[in-house]
Amino acid sequence: MSDMILLGTRKGTIIFDRINASWQPRPIAHSGVPVCYAARDPRDGTLWASLDHGHWGPKLSRSRDGGASWVDISSLKYPLGARYIVKYLPTPDFNPETPSAQPEYSDATVLKIWNIAFGNANQPGRLYAGTIPGGLFVSDDGGDSWELNNPLWSHHSRGGDLFAGDASSVNHWNGTPASIDYGVFEPGIHSIVVDPRDSNHIYVAVSTAGVIETTDGGQSWEGRNRGMLMDYLPNPESEWGHDPHFVTNCPGQPDHLWQQNHCGIFYSDNGATSWQKVSKPDLGVNFGFPIVADANDGRAAWVVPARADSERMAIDGGLFVARTTDGGQSWQSFRNGLPQNNAYDIVLRHGLDVSGDCLCFGSTTGNVYLSADRGETWQCLGSNFPPIYSVRFG
Amino acid sequence: MPRVEMTQQLYRFFPQLKSQDITVPAGSAAEVLLAINEIAPGFTDYVLDEHGALRRHVNLCINNSVVIDKIKLSDRVADDATVYIFQSLSGG
Repeated sequence: MSDMILLGTRKGTIIFDRINASWQPRPIAHSGVPVCYAARDPRDGTLWASLDHGHWGPKLSRSRDGGASWVDISSLKYPLGARYIVKYLPTPDFNPETPSAQPEYSDATVLKIWNIAFGNANQPGRLYAGTIPGGLFVSDDGGDSWELNNPLWSHHSRGGDLFAGDASSVNHWNGTPASIDYGVFEPGIHSIVVDPRDSNHIYVAVSTAGVIETTDGGQSWEGRNRGMLMDYLPNPESEWGHDPHFVTNCPGQPDHLWQQNHCGIFYSDNGATSWQKVSKPDLGVNFGFPIVADANDGRAAWVVPARADSERMAIDGGLFVARTTDGGQSWQSFRNGLPQNNAYDIVLRHGLDVSGDCLCFGSTTGNVYLSADRGETWQCLGSNFPPIYSVRFG
Repeated sequence: MPRVEMTQQLYRFFPQLKSQDITVPAGSAAEVLLAINEIAPGFTDYVLDEHGALRRHVNLCINNSVVIDKIKLSDRVADDATVYIFQSLSGG
């Protein structure tokens, strides 16, 4: 079990250390700065935080001394000529299947660095960053320099190569509400899953487009959304337009992938060749944002359900965690130690993590809960933290 | 030479600029920012995006006037001017 938990919060980075079986928070780092994601690189112990400066632009911050000091990095930038087809907020008569007659284009600028992922041990220095407006960046020198993955940026599902000219195909990538704060309605990459067996095999998830896979190190990408179902499109089995809230895999059985989607929980035991909806709405296990998988058993996963979709808070005022151990055929709900009255928490997509038998989640209400028994009982680590965007064991 | 004043919020990231009388050669607003970047490497990444446009929530004034060209920052900064760099506030 890990001895460190990193919180990315509305007011900075908070690190918990496990000292004598007790979790102790340090003084906040990046004080006052929104931190949308914070994590520890397991290969070399470097700590990373994605800063969401309201005025000064998104920055990555890096600590190579365990969090004692941090250095901001500004090198993640879209190259000259990187454009995207502008999307607009849906109106009541908006039909996402219908492209605009005359696409409008905008130069891309990094608005949010939504997620950071680490390469395998055989690629030291390899890092990934997912952004709004939908670019995947790659670094091979520990974050000193970054490069946009052009095959994904120029994918046919997004209008083709806009470096070369105007759109050559229909843009199926729609906006995420998470982009509205930046004055746009554009997609974002929030999930990056590297296959521990094969560094060239990567999945990314895009809100709102779906899951996309590469097996050649990012030179080519294919959608992996078969079996996905949408409640909000005329054709619920459309190839694109899906809204994965978070996608992860089982490190010990990487062909087992889990997806908490806007429209339910989906599971794949065949490397995302196909997905199966495994929600149990009658148990309240359907809508939510985060999902984690067990490190060794691909059939085991946890979610923190919420009321869909306009409310986005705990169901009937009671917070609970649901676990499956049979690939989503059945779910158990655990409430012991969690508030069951007047709870309005929502746990965002990066707000839940697992390490061995230990789970931790944090909510936008500033509550942090920890379980040491695979989610069956919970203890509160604090109730007065800033709104929490991410929770990651270090 | 033009003087530069800025919000103290930027001193958090560039402490070398604190308590310093910043003067730079006259030129365009973009050239003024590049000159500050020479003193404090990385400074332009905080006030400009990757295309050199002023960030959405940053204000740049020459004397009492907000710059007109926020895309290329071509406004001229005269020898006796003062450039002000502030965060854009929306109240609350």
